Amino acid sequence: MALLDVRDLSVVFQRKGATPFTAVDGVSFTVEPGQTVGLVGESGCGKSVTSLAIMGLLPRRGNTVTGEVRFDDTDLLTLRPQELRDRRGQDIGMIFQDPLSSLNPVIPLGLQVAEVLERHQGRSRQTALREAGVLLDAVGIPDPARRLKEFPHQLSGGMRQRALIAIALACKPRLLIADEPTTALDVTIQAQILTLLKDLVDQSGTALVMITHDLGVVAGLCDTVNVLYAGKVVERAGRHDLFADPRHPYTHGLLQSVPRLDADRGGRLHQIRGSVSDNIPWSEGCAFAPRCDRVVDDCIGETVPLEPAARGGALRCTNPVPQEVPA
Amino acid sequence: MLRVVSRRLVQLVITLIALMTLVFFWLRSLPGGPVDALLGERATPQTRETLTRALGYDQPIWVQYSRFLKNVVTGNFGNSIRTGEPVADVISRSFPATIELAVAAMIIAVGLGIPLGYLAARHRGRLLDNVTIIVTLIGISIPIFFLGYLLKDWLTQDIHFFPPSGRISTGTDNTDVTGFFVLDGLLTRELDASADALWHLVLPAITLATIPLAIIVRITRASVLDVLDEDYIRTADAKGLRNTTIRKRHVLRNALLPVVTTVGLQTGALLAGAVLTEKVYNWGGLGTLITDSISGGRDYPVLQALILLAAAVFIVVNLLVDLSYAFIDPRVRVQ
Repeated sequence: MALLDVRDLSVVFQRKGATPFTAVDGVSFTVEPGQTVGLVGESGCGKSVTSLAIMGLLPRRGNTVTGEVRFDDTDLLTLRPQELRDRRGQDIGMIFQDPLSSLNPVIPLGLQVAEVLERHQGRSRQTALREAGVLLDAVGIPDPARRLKEFPHQLSGGMRQRALIAIALACKPRLLIADEPTTALDVTIQAQILTLLKDLVDQSGTALVMITHDLGVVAGLCDTVNVLYAGKVVERAGRHDLFADPRHPYTHGLLQSVPRLDADRGGRLHQIRGSVSDNIPWSEGCAFAPRCDRVVDDCIGETVPLEPAARGGALRCTNPVPQEVPA
Repeated sequence: MLRVVSRRLVQLVITLIALMTLVFFWLRSLPGGPVDALLGERATPQTRETLTRALGYDQPIWVQYSRFLKNVVTGNFGNSIRTGEPVADVISRSFPATIELAVAAMIIAVGLGIPLGYLAARHRGRLLDNVTIIVTLIGISIPIFFLGYLLKDWLTQDIHFFPPSGRISTGTDNTDVTGFFVLDGLLTRELDASADALWHLVLPAITLATIPLAIIVRITRASVLDVLDEDYIRTADAKGLRNTTIRKRHVLRNALLPVVTTVGLQTGALLAGAVLTEKVYNWGGLGTLITDSISGGRDYPVLQALILLAAAVFIVVNLLVDLSYAFIDPRVRVQ
C-alpha cells in the first residue's frame, strides 16, 4: 500500500470580487514508503500549493480543497485541525524554500529544533535540547553545542537550511516534503544540501516528495517524476525514462531549456515560448496548446485525459513527442 | 550592552546641552519678559531698571548664558521668578502628580491596548475586529480636552460617581512620603487615602490614556497580522505545534517589536496630553506648572528646567525602548 496517495486533489482560490482560480486541478500521485517522488514545473503550476494542501497549511479562508490525501489510509483532508496538528511534524515533515524567513528570528536555534521533540515525543526541555544538538550534528552543522544558543541571523544560508532539515526530520517522519529546498542557496551549497537530503532519506527510509523547478535536482534524487502544468499532471515517468525520452512536449521543452556547456557559443538558448499565463482552461483542451510546438487540431476542444503509458507512468497529450527508437 | 548604554548617556548629555542653549535663547527672544510681567504696564523706568538689574537681565546675553550653564551643571536652576522658591522645590512638588497620572494612563493604554489589538487581529474581518477599528479611530480623533470635559460632565456632574477634580479629597489625612499619593497610602498603610487617590485618578487617567490606547491597539493589530503571514509561522504550523505555543512563543514576541517603539513614542508624547488633562481635572502637576509659568509672569528659570526635564524624560524613555528592543530581538544586539 502506498504511504501517500493523493487522489484528484484540487485547490480553488476564491477571492472576493475575483473569478475563482483553480491552482491545483485534479492532481493524483502516489508515494511508496522510502520512495522519492518529484513534482516538477514552472512557477505557478501549482506544485507548492499541492504540498501545502497535503500538509493542511493553506489558509482556510478563500481556499477550497477537494479530493483525497490518503496518508497511511487516513484521509488527511477529513481530519479535524487538532488531529492534523498531531501528525504534522511527527509523521510528515516539511522543508521550505527560504531558510532565513522560515526560521523565527528571535528564538534560539536550539529551541526551534527542540520544540518539535517536546511537542511530539514528550521530551523535557533539557532532553529535547540535548537531542537537538545531536540532530544538528547529524545534518552537518559544526559545533552544535554553540549553535543551539545562536539565532538564525548568525548562521549562513546553508547552515539555516541544514537546521530546517534537522527540524523536519527531528521526529523521524515517514514522509518529508521539500518545497524548493535549494532555490535560495548558492550552487555549491545546493549540491551539499541535496547530498545531505539524499543520505538522510536513504538512511532512515523516509519517503520524500521533492518539489522543484530544477531538473538537475530531479535527476540527482527522484525515483519517479510528476510534471505539472497549470495545475494538472501532464506526464509521469521514472527518472530515466523522463530524461532519456520525454514524451510530453512540455517536458521535452523543459529539458531542452537546460543550458548546455557543449552547445555552440553564441547559439541561442532554448526557451518555451510564452509564459504559464498563456494558457487555455483545461476544459477547453490542452492548457499547454498555445505554447506547444506540436499543437494539432485535436488539442483544442475537450480536456485531454491522463492516459497510462506503455512504459509505466502516464501521459496527457494528443500528439506526444515520438519515442526515440534505440539505434 | 554596557557600551550601548554609556554611548546613549553621552548622547543624552549632548542633547541636553544643545537643548538648554536653544531654550535659553528662544525664551529670551519672545516679546515681553519677566520684568514687564511682574511690574505691569504702569511701572516707572526706575523700578523697571532696578528689577532688571536685580534679576541680572542687564548683563550681556552671553554672560547670562554662561552663568545659566554653570548653574545648571551644578544643579542649580535658580529661583522661581513668580514665587521666589528654588526651582527644584517647585518642580519636585508637581513632578510626582504628573508621573502618577502618566504611569496610570500608560498602564491602561498598554494593559488594554496589546490584548485588544491581539484579539482584533485574531478576529480579522469579523465583528470584533471591525468594531475595534471604528472605536480606535474615534479614540485617536477625539480631542483630549473635549473627552475630558465630556467625562467630567457626565460622571461627576450628571452622575456623581467620580470626584470632579484634584488628586485627593480635601480633609483626607494622608502622609506625604514620595508625593505619589497612591503609593504613599500603601507605604504608610493609610489604605483609605490610597483608595481615595486612586479614585481621583480614574477619570484623568482614562482621558489621558485614550489616544495612546487607540494607537497601541491599532499598531498591535497590524503587527500581529503581519507576523501571522510570516514564513516562520508556517514553519511552526508545519511542526504541528499547538496553537497556544505558536501564539505565545512565535507570534507575540515578534509582534511586540513595533508595539514597543510605539509605547515609547506615546510615553514621550504623554506630557503634551497631560497639560490638557491636568487643566480639565485641576490636577496640580507639571502641566499646570507649565501653563502657569508661561501665562503668569514668564518664569524663565522654571520653564527652562521644565523643558529640560521633559527632554530628559523623552530621551530616557527612548533609551529604555532601545534596550527592550535589544532584549526582544537578537538581531539588534550589538556584538
